[in-house]
Amino acid sequence: MSTETLEQEEAVLIKEKPSEPFLSKRRKKFISDPLIDDNPISIQVLGICSALAVTVKMEPTLTMAIAVTAVIVFSNLIISLIRDFIPNRIRIIVQLAIIAALVTLVSEILKAYYYDMFKVLGAYVGLIITNCIVMGRLEAFAMANKPYDSILDGLGSGFGYAWIILVVAFFRELLGSGSIFDFKIFAAIGWSGFPTNGLMVDSIGAFMILGILIWIQRSKTGYVEAH
Amino acid sequence: MRQSNTYILIFAAGLTIIVGGLLSTTSVVLKPLQDKQVELDTKKKILSAVMEVSSIKYPDEILRVYAENISSYVVDFQGNLVEKDAKGIDIVAEKINVAKNSKLPKEERMYPVFQAINGDQAYIFPMYGQGLWDWISGFIALEGDLNTVKAITFDHKTETPGLGARIADLEIQERYVGKKIYDASGTLRSIDMVKGEKGLPLNDHHVDGMSGATMTSKGVNAMLRKYLESYGNFISKTRQGSKVASW
Repeated sequence: MSTETLEQEEAVLIKEKPSEPFLSKRRKKFISDPLIDDNPISIQVLGICSALAVTVKMEPTLTMAIAVTAVIVFSNLIISLIRDFIPNRIRIIVQLAIIAALVTLVSEILKAYYYDMFKVLGAYVGLIITNCIVMGRLEAFAMANKPYDSILDGLGSGFGYAWIILVVAFFRELLGSGSIFDFKIFAAIGWSGFPTNGLMVDSIGAFMILGILIWIQRSKTGYVEAH
Repeated sequence: MRQSNTYILIFAAGLTIIVGGLLSTTSVVLKPLQDKQVELDTKKKILSAVMEVSSIKYPDEILRVYAENISSYVVDFQGNLVEKDAKGIDIVAEKINVAKNSKLPKEERMYPVFQAINGDQAYIFPMYGQGLWDWISGFIALEGDLNTVKAITFDHKTETPGLGARIADLEIQERYVGKKIYDASGTLRSIDMVKGEKGLPLNDHHVDGMSGATMTSKGVNAMLRKYLESYGNFISKTRQGSKVASW
């Protein structure tokens, strides 16, 4: 008798608050949407400056991608955790303080453990602060959603940013330096006289590749910017 | 309540304390590691002027190779050995801050010399100057005759990628190898990077320029001249001492 009531109570409880699967359909969308359909770079056209600046070679680009993803995820998490305590009138300043602190942390850690990378990326790590993707996610998502969802959203935006800049870097390094991850690929297959393209080493090369990427993507998805 | 001024002030103060505390703790904790990285980087740069170091993977290995191959000391403008500073503390060549020193009048500066002691003779001098946007620095390695350039390395803070930043590329640095800093009569000529990039063979005192980076190359030229002049007394003294016959 008593066990029966307990079971009934439990059933009622579950009915009232159905626990969502760890990776429900809704949550999967947080990650998958920013990859293509709502990509921060190619659709929202945010974070372009760093996409141009660090994509000369694959290795710094990968570091930058990891750094940006880490900053988005953790700032999303922190802001989401304290979202009910943040005074509305200073929320932008609070967001900025959190981002700036995380970026400084990343930069200090790079300097202590990956000094060569720190020298290459230099100022650009600090400029993650001004990367509109990070603040955009905080203001648009983390301020109104639960911590776990915010982490997923951060991962999604981070990966969306990462794969685009990695693709850009792949072509820039391949055509501009004739290498991939500093491995001289053309020399390895016996074409040592590969004419490297100086345009690709310049920011202009990034503009062109990014433009072509966006073109291909939009011709497939049929996305048109609203006027 | 969340909109009251008192709450906002308390929240802002709390945030500042937490964030500030976190950052200063990190900075203090990571400082020794970062200092070691800087030291490693300096030694790597000095070594790379005389040997191939990119194949050395472990930091300790670099420190060991450095200790075996490089003898370092400090000279003054007159070319005399300086062992202790004004307070009587031993001077360590690697610890000399070339950037700070470059702001002093040249007679008061300390000049570190890194001498390769194994294998081929080489003298390595650090340099520091101004590029287009910010500082540039480098090491020049001279052969045992103290005239021929054995190798040169440049570093920079924020020269334009693809233009001035090319001074950090091997392609540019290799242009200096084999050039001479003195002419036949023994006058300092330094090595100038010309304007424009034509890929032409140039004489002993000029290297091909970098297209679109005239300001950076002017900075490089000025830096080279300044330091080669400053090390002039040391160079002539060493030459007399070691009786190098030919220029």
